Amino acid sequence: MADGMSEKVSITIDNQAIEVDPDKNLLEEVLSAGLDLPYFCWHPSMDSVGSCRQCAMTEYADEEDQHGRLIMACMSSPRDGARYSLQAAADFRAEIIEGMMISHPHDCAVCEEGGECHLQDMTVMSGHTYRRYDGTKVTHRNQNLGPFIGHEMNRCITCYRCVRFYRDYAGGTDLGAQASHHHVYFGRYDDGPLESEFSGNLAEVCPTGVFTDKVFSKHYSRKWDLQTSPSICAGCSIGCNINPGERYGTLRRVVNRYNDEVNGYFICDRGRFGTGYVNDDAVRIRQSMTRSSQDADPVLVSNADALQQLQDMSGAIGIGSPRASMEANFALREKVGKANFYAGLSQQEFAILQQILSIYQDTPAHIASLKDVEASDAVLILGEDLTNTAARMALAVRQSVRHRSFEKAAEQKIPLWHDAAVRKLAMDERSPLYILSPHATRLDDVSETTHICNAGQAARIAAAVASRFDKEVLAPEKLDKAEQALVKRITASFKGARQPLIIAGSNSMSLPLVQSAANLAQALYQKNELTQLALVGSEANGLGLMLLMEDSQQDLQQAFATGTQSAIVVENDLYRRAPTAEVDHFIAGLEQLAVIDNIKTRTGEQAHLVCASATFAESSGTFVNYEGRAQHYYATFKPVDSILPATRWLAPETSLATLTQACSQTLANCAGMADLTPGQDYHYAGLLVPRQQFRYSGRTAMRANKNVHEPKQEQDPDGIMSYSMEGVSPLKEARVFNTPWAPGWNSNQSVFKFQDEVGGHLKQSSIGVRLLDKRNSAEEGGYIALDSSEKNTAFPLYHLFGSEELSAQSQAIQARATSAYVAMNPADADRLGFNAGGGVTVQGNGVVPLLLRDSIATGSVGISVGLPGLNVHDVLPDVSLEPAPQWQAPPQWQPDNIIVSDRLHKLHEQEGD
Amino acid sequence: MDKALTKNIDETRGPLDYQGYVAAGGYASVAKAMEMAPRDMMALIKEAGLGGRGGAGFNTGLKWSFIPEPDGGPRYLVVNADEMEPGTFKDRLLMEQDPHLLIEGVIASAWALQATTAYIFLRGEYTDAEELLLTAIDEAYAHGMLGTSVNGSDYRLELYLHTSAGRYICGEETALINALEGQRATPRAKPPFPQISGLWGRPTLVNNVETICNIPSIVLNGVDWFKQQGLGEEAGSKMFGISGRVNNPGCWELPLGTTFRTLLEDYAGGMREGYSLKAFLPGGGSTDFLMPEHLDVPMSYSEVGKLGSRLGTALVMVLDDKTCPIGCIHNLIKFFSHESCGWCTPCRDGLPWVEHMLLEIEQGRGKREYLDILKEMTGYMGPGKTFCALAPGAMAPLQSGLKHFMAEFEQHIDEQCCPYKHDHQLQRSA
Repeated sequence: MADGMSEKVSITIDNQAIEVDPDKNLLEEVLSAGLDLPYFCWHPSMDSVGSCRQCAMTEYADEEDQHGRLIMACMSSPRDGARYSLQAAADFRAEIIEGMMISHPHDCAVCEEGGECHLQDMTVMSGHTYRRYDGTKVTHRNQNLGPFIGHEMNRCITCYRCVRFYRDYAGGTDLGAQASHHHVYFGRYDDGPLESEFSGNLAEVCPTGVFTDKVFSKHYSRKWDLQTSPSICAGCSIGCNINPGERYGTLRRVVNRYNDEVNGYFICDRGRFGTGYVNDDAVRIRQSMTRSSQDADPVLVSNADALQQLQDMSGAIGIGSPRASMEANFALREKVGKANFYAGLSQQEFAILQQILSIYQDTPAHIASLKDVEASDAVLILGEDLTNTAARMALAVRQSVRHRSFEKAAEQKIPLWHDAAVRKLAMDERSPLYILSPHATRLDDVSETTHICNAGQAARIAAAVASRFDKEVLAPEKLDKAEQALVKRITASFKGARQPLIIAGSNSMSLPLVQSAANLAQALYQKNELTQLALVGSEANGLGLMLLMEDSQQDLQQAFATGTQSAIVVENDLYRRAPTAEVDHFIAGLEQLAVIDNIKTRTGEQAHLVCASATFAESSGTFVNYEGRAQHYYATFKPVDSILPATRWLAPETSLATLTQACSQTLANCAGMADLTPGQDYHYAGLLVPRQQFRYSGRTAMRANKNVHEPKQEQDPDGIMSYSMEGVSPLKEARVFNTPWAPGWNSNQSVFKFQDEVGGHLKQSSIGVRLLDKRNSAEEGGYIALDSSEKNTAFPLYHLFGSEELSAQSQAIQARATSAYVAMNPADADRLGFNAGGGVTVQGNGVVPLLLRDSIATGSVGISVGLPGLNVHDVLPDVSLEPAPQWQAPPQWQPDNIIVSDRLHKLHEQEGD
Repeated sequence: MDKALTKNIDETRGPLDYQGYVAAGGYASVAKAMEMAPRDMMALIKEAGLGGRGGAGFNTGLKWSFIPEPDGGPRYLVVNADEMEPGTFKDRLLMEQDPHLLIEGVIASAWALQATTAYIFLRGEYTDAEELLLTAIDEAYAHGMLGTSVNGSDYRLELYLHTSAGRYICGEETALINALEGQRATPRAKPPFPQISGLWGRPTLVNNVETICNIPSIVLNGVDWFKQQGLGEEAGSKMFGISGRVNNPGCWELPLGTTFRTLLEDYAGGMREGYSLKAFLPGGGSTDFLMPEHLDVPMSYSEVGKLGSRLGTALVMVLDDKTCPIGCIHNLIKFFSHESCGWCTPCRDGLPWVEHMLLEIEQGRGKREYLDILKEMTGYMGPGKTFCALAPGAMAPLQSGLKHFMAEFEQHIDEQCCPYKHDHQLQRSA
């Protein structure tokens, strides 16, 4: 966090000399030195408040001092030359645990946290064993916190981490500390779902079992019984590193996997709770099927027959997917030939993603990782509703506004780890964040200005700012006085910034907005070489798909135009990519349609051949995230035999490693993919890397009800990792860094043992390879002429819960999602004669609810994306709506679940005006 | 000694209104203070040696001097009127009997600090003081002593009265600041001190009511006069008081350094008939017991400190020979336990445990091992272990009680009953 490194100082701890960073606190440095010191309230991402008193150690005034004085390591800066002891404060630390245990129920045996409980670890570490308290315990009433998080307050040790994460770090408001003394209670004012999009992190932040993963609890397994693998979230374009866990062939849960450059310690609730579809027979395709015609009933086929049928489809075109891995797309491209490979993206999304790729290749600005986002001290967001399209980045932006507080703290010589003091000092002063958006966003509470305008106007404002940094950019017209004043403020903020950042992306579905963002970054770069640019995409591998397209312009509309008779679609539902009528027409003209997919889709329902493919949890592969970071994910478990990874359907004879290598050798900019894994032949200590912990239980017994013979361990044809508990996790090979564990550290806190310093890089290497980082400073291209043909009457509205195809099929997410709707400003509705609270007929899509929101730009209509009941491609760009007075709300219409950012702007429906 | 704090107090007539107060020489210090440069006035107060009257006794002028130079932004003076220390009722007397003295002190002090806004953070239960202060503040505004032009100058000062929602911890200055901001009343870690980052992150001074009430007379009469008001080394007069089974419990302004014997015998009229002095808490519930042999201790910060206790608020609670000391300590600990803010572990979880053991002992269910645990607890919650001074303060009567009343503790446990056996609140709460 500190800018610039201070010189190390030397201290001794129990006569052991160590070199430490004086800008860090003692606790961090003690842990970084590999020593064990128990703690609770401190967290590497949330720093120190000194409440739990667990990390006590003894500081000696000088060499003569025999007694020393007790200090809290997390609240102390190391003093050069000072002498400390951990041992001398051991009794106090045991007493602290004993105090916390007074009301703790000791229900480890039935607690979900048992076995990965920081409280258990710290209790053992502190030496406290026998509880002397013999009175009654304090008990609490628990709350129903919604579908994601369980609540068991009796286990609470009152470390305040939950509210510090939820409120201070993530900006939530509906969870708080209540009451006082030993009745302190952490909960909501009333039962109800936690509103924060990051609530799942409570389960990881809580050092014991107060907040637990409710989805996991429904099919619970101990941590040590979970088979896990290093994986990548498929929920959006950020590519958070995750650690899924499996038992008995079902995916049980997803937890955060540390990657300091991407997600750090936290992921969003879509990523954590949006994988239920993997286990859901109603959603999954478990067995390949054929249909003699599009209307006929499907017939199950064997893998061999299905493979043969795929083999026989010569002359087919291939349609790839942004949710399929690099290798799966590449295998399809190889199968059908580059000339016959189409991206499976709408014309518009293709154009924007292609533009983003080209910008990344040309821009002099640095492509911002999430770590860079947090380090930026002046941010402009153009059009992207980050909380709903790339939630983890929204959380990073929320941290970026804290730089002002760090500056103020530095002025007052307050160490930056002193979290409460640093936050108090700045109060509401923040580093500048500007948001130009057609509607209110969840980040508005920390923005300097949220300017409500359509994408075209946002692009012009960005251009106006750019023109102030470089006269080559033409200052646009059509800015009113308020906007000109805004341009001045943004310009001033960027001039004063150490590291400015521009964020835009493909989800706003506006090409000129992305272009204008790039121009602004380029203009800013002339003045500040630390300028950052982040252009988020929509799905896990959208940018990767564009890398595969190379110079090809073949989007989905072009595929439709081929008039082909035969097509292979990999993991893509065309009805989510193009107008319904166009897809219908295309499919109707096909004699052969093969769909390789892991979930049932409308496209698949009409296919002649459906091949059951593996999800991210059952297959390995590579995703390229929004910043061009290629990241490899390893299968967590082996699916039933009838399910094959998409790569095996398309290239049955080729290993995954061969496909990855082929990508790296064939595709421009993809050479770095060769370094993603330690290689197919990797062994550590002579064995493959185990997916199961050494405490994995029931290996010989868990299938004994079916067969007393222990089955042969499943083989992973991709090598590197085994479906076994044999072998040891390599300590210094971050590319296969699985579930962290260290002696005495069974909880996720153990990750610091694998970092070069607390909160730093994983030892040896970080995860992933940035493909688009310029090795040599490329020649700068000129500014992009903005596409001026775009109309801005309609804009897309996203939902973290519901807009993404796969997670939306998960029951936990569905409990927080809603069906499709159209939203507009009440002034427009009045003008156009729409009734408040009524429905509207959308061309080609029937009737959907109309939501009136004050915070929507007038003259624009918001169209929900991905929610059931409306195909956004039917509506954009020219929206045509008719009032539907006879409207009745569909059962899935749950307006309460719309996490509208304009919570303060009450729904007009409810106001009843 | 000249009465500086109580000179206007006449219980037969109630507090003076603005005109009456001015007629008695009130608000004269405002003009005099504003003739001084702010830093000069801070130096004056520092030299006068006015110890903080909230209980810590820290030099007020020195505390003020840590405030940085004005930067054009807001600066705050906060009067700590959240008087909740057990057995303490001196600020209440001052505010109910002479509210304008406090307001005058606030204005003079605010000038020295160049504060832009002042708050009086008043204990919520002090409803009479609230009413009287609100009236007095209105009067001061109406007569131009507060507002855009203090006393006709271009110095602007706003004064607000805030009534507390009621927690003992709000008497801790940083918790008070949090409460005033509308946050949970938990203390903040120091540094940064409130002078640097206080209310809403801005420079802030928090001073006790009595401290502020001393400012006008120091400004008017000077350092030498103030130093003469004390009997010993320490300067000024001080509000003293006694509660307990004495003949005339009450509160008086006396020179700092007055002996406890004088206070008890001359002012409180000695012990009530049939009761003798067993021990006394010199300055509120969070000070160590002193014993009858300490009758002649001069009541000053340093002299009481030498005996291992604290002068605290200087409002003495007398423990007589008919009252169970364990019951007394339990009562205090129960209060402190309930008033813990819940922020740090030793205080939040340690105090209820101590309370539990004391109740068990008092009610005849005590165990021998409790005595070792209680001793251990006094260290566990001692100074430096906890986030703020609440728990160490709570341990003061316990640790001194364990020292002086060990025989009683052992008797309770051995006989499995309270030998005092009077109808105590404890029996009801059990």
